[in-house]
Amino acid sequence: MPGVYSIESRSLTRTFKSKGEVVEALKEVDLSVRQGELFGLLGPNGAGKTTLIKIFTTLLLPTSGYAKVAGHDVAKEVKQIRPIINMVTGGEHSGYGLLTVRENLWMFSQFYGIPGKVAKERIDSLIDRMRITHLADRKIRTLSTGERQRVNIIRAFMTGPKIVFLDEPTLGLDVETSRLIRRYVKEWLEQDGERTVLLTTHYMMEADELCDRIAIINDGEIVALGTPRELKKRIQDETAIGMEISPEIDLGWLDGTKGVMGYSAKEEGGMLSARVVMEDDSAVSDVLSGVTARGGRIISFYKDEPTLEDVFVKLTGRGLE
Amino acid sequence: MNIMLNLRAVRGRAYPRVIGALREPSWMLWEVVLPMLSIAAFIYFYRSLNAPKEFEGFVVLGGVMTTYWLNVLWGMASQFYWEKETGNLQLYLAAPMSKMSILAGMALGGIFGTTVRAVSIIFIGVFVFEISFVISHPFLLVAIFMVTLLAMYGMGMMFASLYLLWGREAWNMNALFQEPIYFITGQNFPVKALGPTVAMAASVIPLTLGLDAMRQLLFPEAAGWGFLDPMLELGILCVSAVIMLVMARQLLAFMERKGRETGKLTMRWQ
Repeated sequence: MPGVYSIESRSLTRTFKSKGEVVEALKEVDLSVRQGELFGLLGPNGAGKTTLIKIFTTLLLPTSGYAKVAGHDVAKEVKQIRPIINMVTGGEHSGYGLLTVRENLWMFSQFYGIPGKVAKERIDSLIDRMRITHLADRKIRTLSTGERQRVNIIRAFMTGPKIVFLDEPTLGLDVETSRLIRRYVKEWLEQDGERTVLLTTHYMMEADELCDRIAIINDGEIVALGTPRELKKRIQDETAIGMEISPEIDLGWLDGTKGVMGYSAKEEGGMLSARVVMEDDSAVSDVLSGVTARGGRIISFYKDEPTLEDVFVKLTGRGLE
Repeated sequence: MNIMLNLRAVRGRAYPRVIGALREPSWMLWEVVLPMLSIAAFIYFYRSLNAPKEFEGFVVLGGVMTTYWLNVLWGMASQFYWEKETGNLQLYLAAPMSKMSILAGMALGGIFGTTVRAVSIIFIGVFVFEISFVISHPFLLVAIFMVTLLAMYGMGMMFASLYLLWGREAWNMNALFQEPIYFITGQNFPVKALGPTVAMAASVIPLTLGLDAMRQLLFPEAAGWGFLDPMLELGILCVSAVIMLVMARQLLAFMERKGRETGKLTMRWQ
C-alpha cells in the first residue's frame, strides 16, 4: 500500500458523557504511523492512550475527525480492518478459566477462521517461543499474571495480523516476562516489513528501547512527536538532576520556583526519588536549598543525561508515575 | 459472508460449554441433585392427593424444560455482561466473525451442557419416581422440542444484547424471569389451570407452549389438560422462533453500534 499509512488519524476528537459532564478524551489528534514502524504512545494514566487504541481497533467511534487503519476508515470499513488487526491489553483476563492454555488459544483462533491444523502449529510454535510449553495443558485460571500475559501475546500474534495494538502490554509484569515480550515484538516486526505495531506505555525505558518514533500524549493532546533521540535532543540545553531525599517532603513548591520547568517524584524504599528539569544550572542551588529548608536531607544528588521522562516533565510539568 | 469463518467461530464458542459439562462434574450436585429436591416435593404432594400419575410426569418434564430456561437466563441472557467484565467482549467485537456466531456457539454449547443435565433428571424421574412416558408421535415430539429450544435460545440471544444495554439492572431481570416464569408457564402443573387469558399471555414465553405440547404427547391419558392443540402450538412456536432470532440479530447490531458510540461496552470505567 504505497503512500498509505498503516495507522492514521486527522483532527481526531472523542468526547464522553459522564455523570452529566462532557469529558474530552482526545483533542484534534493527528497521527501517521508508517508500515514497518514500532510506534509508541507515551503518556500518564488518563491521557487518552486507551481511547485512541479503542478507536483504531474499531471498538469506539470518533466524535469528529477520522481514523484509518491500513487505509480503511474505522467508522465505515470495519470488515476490512478486523481480519488484519489484533490487540493485547495489560492485565487482560480474557478466555475461560476451565480451559487449558492450548484450548483457550485454539478457541480464539477459531474466531479468525484459522483451520485447525494451522492453528495448532502456530499455537505450538508460539507457546515454545513464549517459553510456556510446561503450562500448555494447565487450566488458565491457575496461571500467574505474567504467564497469562504470555498467553495473551500468543492470542494476538497467532492470527497473523498485519497491525498489532499493544495497550500497556507489560503493565505489572516481572522483568523477565517484560523482556521476553519486548524481544518478541521487536523480532516479529523485523520478520516482515509490512507489519506495524502501535504500543502504548507509561514505561519510559520500554518506549526508549523499543520504539522507532514516539508521540507524547497528555490530556488527550499530542504534545510532542519524534524519534527517542529527537525528543531527548529537545532538552539538551536544559539541566536534569536526580536526587534522593529523606524524609519524604512535599515538592509542590517547585512549581513556583524560578527556572524549574517540571519535576517528577516517587517514593522508593522510604525515600523520595525526584527528578527536576531546569532551564539551566542556575536554578540548581535554589532547588537544593529549598529541599533542606523544608526539612529534607539530600541522600544523593546527580546530574543526569536527559531521558524521555525529562522530556515529558518539561512538556507537561509533571511525571508519568 | 464467510461461512467457514462463522462456522469455526460457532464451534470455538461452543467448545468451553461442552468442556464445562464434561470436565467438572460438580454441576451434578447444584444442577441435578438440588433441583430434584423441589421436583420430589411436588411429586410427593401430588401422591398425597392421589392425583393421576401423569401429574408426576408433568413435574419431571417441567423440571427438565426449566433446566433449559435457567440456561437461557444465566448462560445466554447474562453472558455478554459477564464477557464484558472479563474483557472477552471487546475481543469478540474486534474479531472478524459475525457476532451472531458467538451467540449461536453459546446457544449450541449451552444446549449440549444442559441436555446432559436434563437427561440426568429424566433418568432420576424414571428410575426413582417410576414415571412412564408414552411416545406416540415421536417426530412431532422431536419437532416441538427442537423448535421450543430454538425459540427459547432465540429469546436468550435477544436478552443478551438487552441485558448488556441495561447494565447492572439486568440482574433484577433474571430474578423476574425466574420464579414468576416457573409459575405462569406451569412448570409443575398444566398451564390450562391458570385459565385461557393467563395461559395465552404466558405463551409469549416459548417454554409455556413447548411444555404444554410435550405433556400432551408424552402423557396422552392426560391430554384433556392440554391448553391448545400440539400442532397449533408447534406453529406458534415456529413463528415465535423466527421473531426471536430476527430480533436477536437486530438488537445485537443495535447494541454494537450503540457501544461504539458511547464506549459503554468496552470502557469499564464508563
